[in-house]
Amino acid sequence: MTMRANAPSAAKQRKVHAEGRFDSALGWAPGWKISNVVRVLLCLVVLAVFALPFLLVLSGAFDAQGDSTSLRLIPAEPSLASVRAAERLGVFGYFANSFIIVGGGLLLQVAVAVLTSYALARHRFRGRALVFMLFLTTMMLPEEVIAIPLSQVLGDVAGTGLSVRGTPWGVILPVAVWGFSILVMTEFMKDIPGEIEEAARLDGVGELRMLWSIVLPLCKPVLGVVTIFGFMMIWDQYLLPLIAADSPADYTLTVALGVLRNDPETGTGVLLFGALLALLPSLIIYLLMQKSLIRGISSGATKG
Amino acid sequence: MTSALAHERTPLQGSGSGAGRRRPLSWPRIKRQLIPWFFVLPGLVLAVLFKFHPAVDGIWMSFQKVQPFLGNEWIGLQNYADVLGDQRFIDAMEHTVLLAVGQTTGAVLLAFCLALLMEGASRPLRWARTAVFLPVVTALAIIGEVWRILLFPSESGFANSVLSLFGLPTQQFLSDPSQALWWVMMVGIWTAAPYNMIIIMAGLVGIDRSLYEAAAMDGITTRQRIWYIVLPALRPAISVVLTLAAIRSLRIFTEVYVLTGGGPAGATEVWMTRTFSLGFDSNNLGVASAASVLLLLVTLALTVATRAITHRKETS
Repeated sequence: MTMRANAPSAAKQRKVHAEGRFDSALGWAPGWKISNVVRVLLCLVVLAVFALPFLLVLSGAFDAQGDSTSLRLIPAEPSLASVRAAERLGVFGYFANSFIIVGGGLLLQVAVAVLTSYALARHRFRGRALVFMLFLTTMMLPEEVIAIPLSQVLGDVAGTGLSVRGTPWGVILPVAVWGFSILVMTEFMKDIPGEIEEAARLDGVGELRMLWSIVLPLCKPVLGVVTIFGFMMIWDQYLLPLIAADSPADYTLTVALGVLRNDPETGTGVLLFGALLALLPSLIIYLLMQKSLIRGISSGATKG
Repeated sequence: MTSALAHERTPLQGSGSGAGRRRPLSWPRIKRQLIPWFFVLPGLVLAVLFKFHPAVDGIWMSFQKVQPFLGNEWIGLQNYADVLGDQRFIDAMEHTVLLAVGQTTGAVLLAFCLALLMEGASRPLRWARTAVFLPVVTALAIIGEVWRILLFPSESGFANSVLSLFGLPTQQFLSDPSQALWWVMMVGIWTAAPYNMIIIMAGLVGIDRSLYEAAAMDGITTRQRIWYIVLPALRPAISVVLTLAAIRSLRIFTEVYVLTGGGPAGATEVWMTRTFSLGFDSNNLGVASAASVLLLLVTLALTVATRAITHRKETS
C-alpha cells in the first residue's frame, strides 16, 4: 500500500516504437491477420459493454419519449423537455448542494492532508508515531461502519448541542480527515530532499512560508493524485449525505436521484438528465486528470 | 499501512547533534516540539469529533437498549445475540459473502482478460481504454440508477430488447427473487473490473520484454507464456486487488440500496442494508450498532490477517 507518486512509470522508460510481437503479453502484432480482426471485434464488444450505458444516458436525457425505458442511441424525439422538468423538480438545487459539498469538502480535506503530512514528514516530535497511527486508524472507520452513531453525532457535535445536520457541514466535516490522502501525502513529502529546506531555514523562513512556498510547489504530482481521489471519494458519498440531511431538500444530486425515481410523476428522461448532470463533473475531472488517476490507482492506491 | 511505518526515516529536523536526549529545556526546543502539533491539530480534532467519537459511541450503544426519552439501559451482549439470532441477518450475511466472493473473483478475472486484450500503446487502444475506465470515476449511486433503468423488467426495457435480439425470453432481472442477487453481482463486476484492469495493466507494462523474447526462442506457446511469465509477474498486483476488494465488498451498501433496496423479498439484503433499515427505519439503534461493530471486527480481523500473511511472505 506504500505509494510513490513520483516513481517514473515503466511505460515512460520504455522506448516508444511500433508495436511488436514482444510488446504485449499475448503477443499482438500488427498486420491483417485473423487474430487482429478478432481482437478488434472483441474490443468493440468491450467498448459497447462499458461505454454504451453512458451514451444511452446522454441520449435518454434529451429524448422527449422520456417515460419509456426503451433506451436508444439517438433520441427518437430530441427535446429539452427533461431539462425543463428537471428544473421544475429542483434538480439544479440538488446539483448546487453537491457542488458546495464537494468544493468545501475537497478544500478542507486537502488542506488537512497538507498540514498534517507536513508535520508528520518534515518534523520530529514526541508522539509523532502515535499521531500517524491514529490517522491510519481512521481508514478502518469508513462511513458505513460508524453510520448509526455518526448520525447522532451530527445532530449534537461532541455533546455541545451544536447540530450540523441539514447543513453542508454535516458532510464536509466528516470527509475532511481521510487517512488515505494523509498517508499518500506523508510518504511523498518524506522523499523531498532536505537541503532546500535547510537553506531556507537558515534564511529565517517561517514554518508557514516554508510549507507554502518551498514544500508545496514540490508536491504538485501528489497534489494531483490527492485531489482527484478526494473528489471521487466525496462525490461518491451516499450514506453520509443521506444521514446528514434534515429534509430531502438537503440531498446531494446522487442521493436525490432516488427521490426522483420514486416520484411517480417523474419520467425516465428526468432521471437520466439528473444522472447525466451528476456524471459531468466526474467526467471533466477524469479527462483533465487522467494521468494522476491512473498513476494513483496503479501504484496500489485504494478507492475507499 | 505497516510498510509505511517501517519506512519511517529520521527527518532532518533536530538530527545531527550527538548530544544526549535530556538537554535543559530551552525556548527554541519547546518551540520545535510544539510547532508540529499546530499543524496536526485541525486533522486530529476533526478525526476525534467525526471518527473516533462516533466509533466509541457505537461500541457503547451496542451494549445498550437505546431508548430516546426513557434513558438507555445496559443489557450486555443482548444486542449481539439479537443480531446473530435474526434469520434476516444470517441471510444478509450469506448474500454479503456470496457477493464479496463472486464480485471479487469475477472482476479480477474479467479485468485480467480485458488487460490482455487491450494492452498496447497504439492510439485507438488508448482511446478505447479511456472509455472503458469510465465506470471507475462514476459515483456508485449513478451506476446503480443507470443499471436499474437498463435492467427494467418490461418487455421494452433495454436489457430485454438486447436479449430478444438473441432470441432469449423476457427476464424480470432485479424484480425476480431468484436472479436479483446475480444481477447485483453482475453490476458489481462491471463497476470493479475497469478499476482492477488499471492495476493489472500497470503490472503487465512492468514485465520485462526480453523475457517474452527469450521464451519465444525456446518455442514456448502463448498459453505457457501466460502461465509461466505473466501470471507470476502479476501475482503481487492481483493479491493487492483481491484483498482490497474482498474487504471493501463486505461493507457493500450503495449499489444494493439503489439497485434493489435489499429486495425483492429480502433476496438481495446485505449486512449494511439490513443494518441501515434497522437503525434508521425501525430506529433500533442498539441492535444496529451491534451489527456495525460486528462488521468492524470482521473487517479488522481480515485486514490484520492479510497483513500478517503478506508480511510473512515478505520476510521469508
